[in-house]
Amino acid sequence: MEFWIIVTGALVATACGILGCFLVLRRMSLIGDAISHSVLPGIVIAFMMSGSRDSLAMLLGASVLGLVTVFLIQLFQQSGVQADASIGVVFTALFAVGVVLVSLNARQVDLDLDCVLFGEIAYVHWNTMSVFGIDGVPKAVWILGITLLAIFLVIGLFYKQFKLCAFDPAMALACGIPVALFHYLLMGLVSMTTVASFESVGAILVVGMLIVPAATAYLLTERLSIMILYSVLIGITCAVLGYYAAAWLDASIAGMMVTVAGLLFVVALIFSPSHGLLMRWVKRRRLVGVEA
Amino acid sequence: MMEFSWSVLADPNTKWILMGCMLLGLMSGMIGSFAYLRKQSLIGDTLAHAALPGICIAFMLTGVKSLPLFFIGAFVSGLIATYSITVITRYTRIKADAAMGIVLSVFFGIGIVLLTQIQHSPNGNQSGLDKFLFGQAASMIHSDVYLMMGVSAVIIIACTLLFKEFKLLSFDPGFARGLGFPVGLLEQLLMFFLVMTVVVGIQAVGVVLVAALLITPAVAARYWTDRLGVMVVLSGVFGAISGVIGTLISTTTSNLPTGPLSVLAATTVFGFSILFAPRRGVCAKVIRRIRGNEAIRASERMREMQRQDIRLRKEESL
Amino acid sequence: MNQRNRGSEVSPLTVEGLTVAYQKKPVLRNVSFEVPEGKLIGIIGPNGAGKSTMIKAILGLLPRVSGETEIYGRPYKEMRRKVGYVPQRESVDWDFPTNALDVVMMGRYGHLGWFKRPGAKEREIAMDCLRKVGMADYAHRQISQLSGGQQQRVFLARALAQNADLYFMDEPFVGVDAMTERAIITLLNELKAQGKTVLVVHHDLATVKEYFDWVMLLNVEMVAYGPTEDVFTKSLLHQTYGGRLAVFDHEDEAILVDSR
Repeated sequence: MEFWIIVTGALVATACGILGCFLVLRRMSLIGDAISHSVLPGIVIAFMMSGSRDSLAMLLGASVLGLVTVFLIQLFQQSGVQADASIGVVFTALFAVGVVLVSLNARQVDLDLDCVLFGEIAYVHWNTMSVFGIDGVPKAVWILGITLLAIFLVIGLFYKQFKLCAFDPAMALACGIPVALFHYLLMGLVSMTTVASFESVGAILVVGMLIVPAATAYLLTERLSIMILYSVLIGITCAVLGYYAAAWLDASIAGMMVTVAGLLFVVALIFSPSHGLLMRWVKRRRLVGVEA
Repeated sequence: MMEFSWSVLADPNTKWILMGCMLLGLMSGMIGSFAYLRKQSLIGDTLAHAALPGICIAFMLTGVKSLPLFFIGAFVSGLIATYSITVITRYTRIKADAAMGIVLSVFFGIGIVLLTQIQHSPNGNQSGLDKFLFGQAASMIHSDVYLMMGVSAVIIIACTLLFKEFKLLSFDPGFARGLGFPVGLLEQLLMFFLVMTVVVGIQAVGVVLVAALLITPAVAARYWTDRLGVMVVLSGVFGAISGVIGTLISTTTSNLPTGPLSVLAATTVFGFSILFAPRRGVCAKVIRRIRGNEAIRASERMREMQRQDIRLRKEESL
Repeated sequence: MNQRNRGSEVSPLTVEGLTVAYQKKPVLRNVSFEVPEGKLIGIIGPNGAGKSTMIKAILGLLPRVSGETEIYGRPYKEMRRKVGYVPQRESVDWDFPTNALDVVMMGRYGHLGWFKRPGAKEREIAMDCLRKVGMADYAHRQISQLSGGQQQRVFLARALAQNADLYFMDEPFVGVDAMTERAIITLLNELKAQGKTVLVVHHDLATVKEYFDWVMLLNVEMVAYGPTEDVFTKSLLHQTYGGRLAVFDHEDEAILVDSR
């Protein structure tokens, strides 16, 4: 069982680590936050319509809602609402709809709100599914695997477009790259990842896995490809260490994963050879020494 | 259902709760409009998430559920959170949005670790801390409402007395500093009020949604007016109405938490404002853009005709 | 004032009745002109005159109220590969984790099509372009560690890598050192020698005569357009800048100060 929990955590970390880099670089970290909250009504509605937790309908319904979130945020921004305020309005409203829907259908809907918020990664191995005759693999691993495959495929094929859109969208547009399409493609992937990770790590901690490892990697390298690699490695480290720390302290695994991510970020913040606070301080001291 | 809700009002306990939620909406609306104008809308969200570890630590240290203690815990962790954001954005190339995302999720992650620890401890179940995630106005007791009244009175009076200072702070902090206002102190004061509102609000609407009470009424109010004074009052009124509607529906219908309902009420006000507000509303804008483009094209045609006219006349005079 | 290109060849750029508006206010009103091939053209005007707006509207980055533009006689969408664009330096985040060579290679993306990845050939082209702007030694330097002038040269190299025939440059001379300014001007003349056409948004009135063959004076409407010696006159400049321009006559030569 331990094995599958760590595998699930590592899959979440890989998917989030790749996408997180683009979110951080495009200054859309908080849009990731918004999506992770507002997919809740999508999950509930899909759940109510299909009547089961297994279906791909859930993945689809929530992904659609993620795109609706992004669309609404942009719509409000264009009509003059400040960027972060429009994010706040949209995600709280959709999340509230989700909570109300869960509460209204408490008897039919077997969705625990706590589970939605914090995830239940400890129970992933209880719910297995056999695909292509392979038994004993948890459902969450299948769904995360599919999501990760989609991410590899899309980012792998269009790496240069995503990179240019992140660095210089005006130039990308002038080159004839459909910037809006890639924007929504990225947002769609973020929504998919959020939903796939939902049950294992919960809504709020998906954000942590999206942003924190990517930001840590951003402090350590000057190349986008290496940043993505680091981000994934850091994320997996968080998953593994977080699991053991949680088992040791008898605490929430998902919470511990993000806590470890926070610790690693602080370490990078202080000790990064290129951007760390310590190096800054040493450099400044040296500069003062030269002048003196 | 309305009749039912009126009969509920006869219950003195409900009156208290209603009063509390109304005051909460009022003060968060007022403080929220300053936060909105300072482009710090999501600070409230960050503070709410960051409050969780503070509240948990306060409970772990004392073992009692008391609002003033929670307030101190939340305030300290809120301060650490805002300080962390400042350090990250000032000393690294990480931008403000990512810094907020990092602080928000890491603090909340720590909070959840602590919360699970408390729940696994012997007196954990009585803590009622899990109610803090979505809020439950019905669980408020008299002393909570008294505290709310106290806090909101302080905030309303402060916003009235310091209106001019806060206005300058929101509009042009550099200029305010030039005039000799203690800008740092005022910023801290505004942050202090924000934390106070958030901590009080968590009880009623929960960690995740308390940000909405700060943001949504303020954005809605901005649509109706260009004057800060009007905006602050209007935002407070919108907040109060949302609080009242949320509580009424929540107390009359079983099973529905107050927080999401208040947020949805506020969102409805926002939706109405964004559509139908005069001048800034979507409807007004669409009409104006259609007319505007037509007007520009028409005036260009006029210019062109006049120019040709002049040319013709010149040619004739030659 | 409009001089039409009488040659049989198609003009690199024709603009007809271009109007752009933010909200209700037109920022560019009914601008029409035709660009002759192989010339360096300076676009001059006060702040808010719509200089950058015009370029962005031509490149389809901004919606227009009305107007037609054609690149070599065809719509822009079909002629993208013939056009190079150097945006203002502040328009991108220089903290982006990438190096100078990589930024220059981005200039090739438009030619690569949808799925092809940049390879050794693109790397070679990019290196060559960096060499042309004197930045070959900095190819592997992280872009945030470059000075303002060096960043501008990287942007120019990226435009060169686009291997276009018609270039738009938005304020390439702003905030650069003297060496970079010289490097840019050498490069512009090189491009001209290859028969390429360059439109440059420019601020420094003192260098206009030296740098550009043709000049466009713009202040929401087009004030004047034509060869520099015809257009860059005191009276037309006054008309463009209104009261914002101070002109000191100094030994036959007008020193122009744009007092913005």
